[in-house]
Amino acid sequence: MIKEYTFPMGGLHIEKYKITADCPIVEAQIPEIVNIPVKQHIGSPAKILVSKGDKVKVGTLLADADGIVSSDVHSSVSGEVIKIEDLPSASGYEEKMITIKTEGDKWEKSVNRKPEVIKEINLTQEEIITKIREGGIVGMGGAGYPTPIKTSVPEGKKVELLIINGIECEPFLTADDRLMVEHAEEIIMGARVINRALGIQNAIIAIDENKPRAIEILTNLSKRYIGVNVKVCRTKYPQGGEKQLIKAITGKELPLGKLPIDVGCIVQNVGTVFAVYEAVLKNKPLFERIVTVSGDGCQHPCNYKVRVGTPVSDLIEATGGLSTDVHKIVLGGPMMGNAIVNTSAPVTKLTSGILLLKDENFSKKEASSCIRCGKCALSCPAGLRPFAIKQAISFNDTAEDLRKLHAGDCIECGCCAYVCPANIPLLDYCKIAKQEIRKK
Amino acid sequence: MDDLILLNILILGGTAFIAALVLYIVSKRFAVKTDEMVISIAAALPQANCGACGKAGCADFATACARADEASFANLYCPVGGAAVMQKIASLRGFAATDKAPTVAVLRCQGNCQNAPAKVNYEAVSSCRIANRISSGQSGCPDGCLHLGDCVKVCKFGALSFDEASGMPVVDSKKCTSCGACVKICPRGLFEIRPQSLAGGMVYVACRNKQKGAVARKNCSKACIGCMKCAKICDKIKIENNLSYIPPEVDAGEFGAELAQNCPTSAIIYKERIHD
Repeated sequence: MIKEYTFPMGGLHIEKYKITADCPIVEAQIPEIVNIPVKQHIGSPAKILVSKGDKVKVGTLLADADGIVSSDVHSSVSGEVIKIEDLPSASGYEEKMITIKTEGDKWEKSVNRKPEVIKEINLTQEEIITKIREGGIVGMGGAGYPTPIKTSVPEGKKVELLIINGIECEPFLTADDRLMVEHAEEIIMGARVINRALGIQNAIIAIDENKPRAIEILTNLSKRYIGVNVKVCRTKYPQGGEKQLIKAITGKELPLGKLPIDVGCIVQNVGTVFAVYEAVLKNKPLFERIVTVSGDGCQHPCNYKVRVGTPVSDLIEATGGLSTDVHKIVLGGPMMGNAIVNTSAPVTKLTSGILLLKDENFSKKEASSCIRCGKCALSCPAGLRPFAIKQAISFNDTAEDLRKLHAGDCIECGCCAYVCPANIPLLDYCKIAKQEIRKK
Repeated sequence: MDDLILLNILILGGTAFIAALVLYIVSKRFAVKTDEMVISIAAALPQANCGACGKAGCADFATACARADEASFANLYCPVGGAAVMQKIASLRGFAATDKAPTVAVLRCQGNCQNAPAKVNYEAVSSCRIANRISSGQSGCPDGCLHLGDCVKVCKFGALSFDEASGMPVVDSKKCTSCGACVKICPRGLFEIRPQSLAGGMVYVACRNKQKGAVARKNCSKACIGCMKCAKICDKIKIENNLSYIPPEVDAGEFGAELAQNCPTSAIIYKERIHD
């Protein structure tokens, strides 16, 4: 019998809606104007190096990482910097952005644009980490944690295993799936690059069983490379969560408040691994990514390769425009993504999908009183009691009380709100609880 | 039969007498000494226990009043009771009452459905705190009122009500005790406790938007655009981050009407005196 890899606690089997799984990646048109935010990662915003009127090329460094937890930002188009201003982001709040007017498509000479896959790694650990840092790579699963920190092992810690996260458990999204199908070899090489940086030999590519093509291609390819293995996981949401994936693959429980490195694992998203490959072996910094534009309100769903800074509205136009019955536009997946208020907001390094939703399944239903059924607690993969957190928030409890409920360990997967028969938006309360705890 | 009734009365009556005696002795022997002054001051207080004075509650404030000397007494003030209550407490203590101008909470936003029409629908929890975290709000103004009424829910005195027509909370200045609960709860800091000068009323900028004028006007027709016109009328007015702020020292009687008239977006509100 084949062992099935999955995590035991909580989780849901939800409808997949992977309608773009067979759509090849298409290069999106380069927009006339891009707005590139200087903060596309966790940590402090990058220091701006360019000024108004400067000419930049594709791949030119625009802003330098400010501190360790920060990341470089590169230009995604060639042209002229026309303004550096606070502009409304997807949430409507303002962020510092660099606006560039596109002129042609001239790339920096250092970037290797040949399509052949480079299979030789002649770099030392330090050189690899420096290249990852200079490439402005961040965790592309959505968290935006700067990758150079994750690829350098701190003293006293020991890493045994690199897990490549190809789960993509969110409905609709197929960006990672397509990347694995079309760039399988690059991902394996990226895994070897990170392995060398970590000084280890083992990498596991974890793929959800609902991606048969990616499993087939990567399994066949991985036979040629020693140390790279593919493991197929049983579909369950949120398998792509770091803790859940480690539990599913290694059986090790990640204790509360600990990092994956404490149990000897490093988890990287396939998107990140691909970006690492490009940055280290092709000198191409991270300025474009795969974005799934989908949803039941989308006329021609598609996977695009998009330059960072492209307005969301351009991509919506490219798929046939916004029809009047679209109920909401979501950035990210339907479970964890946020509905946006501003379609002129740019695509960032962390945008995995743009969803146009119209079905009433995706709209809010009137919330009624909690009936204490406990479904939210059963479905919670972090083992929390969302109903208790909701109650604590409605009674204005202190941060200390919220900490006792371990609200800070919520991974914001949205399972609780999804299963609630009373339609209580439990996830919103959990997010507020996390915010209160962080405030202290 | 009669013996039984008599016996019952004797036993129960006797027990009651002994218990009463014990209670009497204990209450005399272990009596907690209370300050008469504290009790009489507490009786004069409104007993709202709102914490607006900065103390834990009315009892705490009464204790502080009873213990204060003349200098520190001047710093104590119950905004809910106002001048009348402070006068009473001062006469109990035999001090002179400090004269403070009456204060009232003002809402510094005019982004109602007409001035700042909604561009998107908000569907999550009906709470400003949560909405503020998710997005800039329905109108798109990142500093404006979110119309979800956390302030109305928190007001203990019924001074805030929700105007359905405009979608904005309205302060009833007669009921407002300036306890400051709304100031604390509003995630965008739209409320301010302002003194009303005895001569004139009050004048304030009803906008908190720090965006550039053109951007601010896109979302709201009554936004402050930082045009500096008010600063030319009165030099005490400061403009920072494209936003004007009229400090409470500005005499509303002298400048109020002129400031309100000259504001190109009518972001400045001038109110005549309301309190008696």
